[in-house]
Amino acid sequence: MSIDEIKIGGLGASRRRVEDNRFIRGAGNYVDDITLPGMLHMEILRSPLAHARIKSIDVSAAWAVPGVRLVLTGEMMASRNLAWMPTLSYDTQAVLATDKVRFQGQEVACVVADDPYIAKDACEAIVVDYEPLPPIVNPTQAMASGAPVIRDDKVNQQDNVVFDWDVGDKDGTDRAFAEADVVSEIELHYPRSHPSPIETCGSIADFDRSTSKLTVYMTTQAPHIIRAAVAIVAELPEHMIRIVSPDLGGGFGNKVPVYPGYVASILASILLERPVKWIEDKSGNLISTGFGRDVYLRGQMAMRQDGRILGVRMHTDSDHGAFFSDAQPSKFKIGLMHSAFACYDIPTAHLTSRGYYTNKAPGGVAYRCSFRVTEAMFFQERMVQAAADDLGMDQAEFRRMNFVQDDDFPHRTAFGFLTDSGQYAKCLDIGLKAVGYDDFLKQKEEAKKRGRLLGIGISTMTEPLGAGNSREYDILGIKMFDSAELRVHMTGKAILRTGAKTQGQGHETTWAQIVAHELGIPAEDIVVEEGDTDTAPFGMGTYASRSTPVAGAAVAMVSRKIRAKARKIAAHLLEVSEEDVDWELGRFFVRSAPDLGVTIQECANAAYSNMPDGMEPGLENNAYYDPPNLTWPFACYIATVEVDPLTGVWDVLNMVAVDDCGVRINPMIVEGQIMGGLTEAYAMASMQFITFDNEGNCIGSNYMDYLLPTAWETPGFELHEVVTPCPHHPIGAKGIGECATVGGPAAFVNAVMDALKDTGVRNIDMPLLPDRVHEALTEQHDVSGAPPLRTDS
Amino acid sequence: MYPSRFSYEAPTSIDEAVELLRLGAGEAKVLAGGQSLLPMMKLRFASPGTLIDINNIPDLAYHRADADGTYRIGALCRHAHLEKANGLAEIQPTIAAAAPLVADPIVRTRGTFVGSVCHADPQGDWASVMIALGGSVVAQGPDGSRSIPVSDFVSGPFQTVLGFDELAIEAVVPAPVGDRAGGYLKLERRVGDFATAGVAVSIERSGSSVARAGIGLTGVGSSTIDASDAAASLVGGNLTDDEIARAAELAASASRPRSDHRGSADYKRHIVATFVTRLLSNLQLTNQEAA
Repeated sequence: MSIDEIKIGGLGASRRRVEDNRFIRGAGNYVDDITLPGMLHMEILRSPLAHARIKSIDVSAAWAVPGVRLVLTGEMMASRNLAWMPTLSYDTQAVLATDKVRFQGQEVACVVADDPYIAKDACEAIVVDYEPLPPIVNPTQAMASGAPVIRDDKVNQQDNVVFDWDVGDKDGTDRAFAEADVVSEIELHYPRSHPSPIETCGSIADFDRSTSKLTVYMTTQAPHIIRAAVAIVAELPEHMIRIVSPDLGGGFGNKVPVYPGYVASILASILLERPVKWIEDKSGNLISTGFGRDVYLRGQMAMRQDGRILGVRMHTDSDHGAFFSDAQPSKFKIGLMHSAFACYDIPTAHLTSRGYYTNKAPGGVAYRCSFRVTEAMFFQERMVQAAADDLGMDQAEFRRMNFVQDDDFPHRTAFGFLTDSGQYAKCLDIGLKAVGYDDFLKQKEEAKKRGRLLGIGISTMTEPLGAGNSREYDILGIKMFDSAELRVHMTGKAILRTGAKTQGQGHETTWAQIVAHELGIPAEDIVVEEGDTDTAPFGMGTYASRSTPVAGAAVAMVSRKIRAKARKIAAHLLEVSEEDVDWELGRFFVRSAPDLGVTIQECANAAYSNMPDGMEPGLENNAYYDPPNLTWPFACYIATVEVDPLTGVWDVLNMVAVDDCGVRINPMIVEGQIMGGLTEAYAMASMQFITFDNEGNCIGSNYMDYLLPTAWETPGFELHEVVTPCPHHPIGAKGIGECATVGGPAAFVNAVMDALKDTGVRNIDMPLLPDRVHEALTEQHDVSGAPPLRTDS
Repeated sequence: MYPSRFSYEAPTSIDEAVELLRLGAGEAKVLAGGQSLLPMMKLRFASPGTLIDINNIPDLAYHRADADGTYRIGALCRHAHLEKANGLAEIQPTIAAAAPLVADPIVRTRGTFVGSVCHADPQGDWASVMIALGGSVVAQGPDGSRSIPVSDFVSGPFQTVLGFDELAIEAVVPAPVGDRAGGYLKLERRVGDFATAGVAVSIERSGSSVARAGIGLTGVGSSTIDASDAAASLVGGNLTDDEIARAAELAASASRPRSDHRGSADYKRHIVATFVTRLLSNLQLTNQEAA
């Protein structure tokens, strides 16, 4: 009698992604696909220099180009109090430069013209007279005495320090180190990377003077936050602002911040009273928008001789670029860096962090990472491997003996997070078995005798996904909850809207599966819409793997509200009291007479045609969900590699992933997320970085220098799963989107370092380019990857 | 990515193309595969006044061996044509080894061999291969055609001796002296990346004795490098381990790499030596073969 949940596309169904129907036909609707009547085009002139005083800007030749409608400079923005805008981290950022340019690629002027070719030609006609200043490309330079103050626009800013911050127990940690038998150390740089969504950022601002309404089609992962920001920055009434985020070609954190191009296109539309489109080019995206990482980490681990970890010290120096526009919960200056070591039972820890301004692009975003968790977990797993080596212990056993045990939950981490569930040792065991750990260790010894270098690297971690709870997590004071609204129509079909914003995660598919699970309405009968602030309920958007933990929970909760009302309707239709009605998937029935029942579709019909006396008609509701805690998925990644000792080239022999993200809504999508994340992890470990030379030139401003991995060189991955349901999430799910990007890099790097163990080299900075590996092998010293780039001149 | 304004011509004969080049007076560029030119135009690194698209000229897509063993590649022969050519490894082993390593499969379906040589990117693969093979380029101008050895053809980074009114219509590899063997190795950070370093090797020998050798180096100088001393050192020898080691050392010292984000200069020189050694060691004959 009861419905087969998999058949209706419910929980656990590897349902094909409904959005792919239009994507694979080229029928997606991205910002650049939208054309409005009378639309003009905007291009941005960017600074060629990293640090320079602007002596003058001559725009007369640009105005003279036929078809030019508007030329905007910082001076014009300043006259409207728009030269600077607030960032998501309580700093300010130049919209268009006025006094100085502070990074290569900074926005200096904008041209609006009849077509983008004209706008680009006119940009080239603008003459800017720069007086070069010494550029700063790393924290060491930023903290040097006599360093130029980059943010001399800020009153009271005497140096290049953005913040000093610490968390944990300093005294307790000092005591732990005093009692330690062994202390291990490691120091490394997590290089600057870039989310590089395939679609760049862009907007179409459309200000309608007759209604005073501003509509902005925009590439944003968080349309509601943008609406609030526009209301504040542009001083427009919030109800007269409509932000529409249509199909997004990826985001990975890059599309969370507010960028100068958005603001300039909005002002241009208001001034010209015509729609103004701005589409960033690829270089503009790479050179100016939210980057990831660029953190220098060092630390120590205190241990007993038997391998028990007693305490950890960590310090980070982070490079934020010219403006502190990181996207992260306001309370945490270096994001959730202190989630490091959460999977290990460590009594005490202390983290100190200092942020620096440099002459580099601003906007440390969580590149497929829950707020600096990628750096935290990379450091953790590099530290753990170094510690195991120093102790002479097997790296798997060292992890196992220090794991939080299955019956120790809930567990308070040394930095104060509360983890709630997991089976860490089980995941590790599955991973070791899959990779053939013991056999590989033997193979490695055999290979060594023949001059071949094999290595194995492990990375195990639990990470905090799904900010927030509202007690601790907010952005600019707005609490990090999320929402869903469900309308069930008379025929039992439904529309669901949430405050999240899909950008490849497959919300249109998976949200419907949650509704199907809760109500028994087939997933194909539910349409999902997100991204239009005029129709979607308020939410904080999609990043930090928060959609399923927060918005997904709201989808379950609103479905339950609908079911509660449907139960009353069912009782009315069945002519029994509500207490006598039971539920099975898709159907209410009389407990004492199970054959007597009504389907959810019949209840929906009655909600519009035959409701009980006194009941409000209709079957729709909304839910705002404030999660009690973060979710804590666990992952175990193990890579094996062979290093060519003559060239330093390394090949991945095997990569095994064991992920426990709790209950899986759509296993196929989960696997896709893990494979995508491992691919990005492999890229960061092997080839990908943005660096800078002594002049502050960005090396990595195009896709010949900044490499995205392709199917040709990316290794295969073997995936395994463990399911430990989240105890507080309504359907037991945990975040997954970012686990592999976060945990993956350390597995590859640890594997290469394991192959090089006999050299005594402790660290090679990512990416492990062949020349770096070769240098470590032949020179037997650590290899730093910190900018400035080593060149001949 | 919006290029500057340009005009577009699509001639249907070589003569018409040459006339358009003449009229272009140095402001015209030839469009064949466009895999380097179009990105450079979009970045506005190149802003030609006129694009002369030669894709409508018939009978230029060939690659063929003459009866005497001379091998000819027409101006519209795509990389993929060579990659997929049956039996190429037997007659042109260096070309066959390089073809699947050029850029990525997408570029290989559009980009052309001759266009790549004319682009004269120091990181281009085909110029190295042509140097190793002692090949030449046939240029057609208003007053007739001439043949230019590739070692003279490339005059600097992205520069050739081709006149503004000349169209490169064919690449020619001379017939081998004896048996031809060779190979190509390239180190790249990722498929489709420019070479960190690349080495093309070709030898021709009678029995076990090397009659002719060529070594071209990719991405380790401001233009493609002809490691002629290294190649000359092999002639008359039998590819002994000592001879190979000497050639590797000479090739490395002929390279002029710069340190950059792909690797240090020292590392690139080391890769040149390693690749020369690997390539030549693969060509060593077993005693049985030599006999």
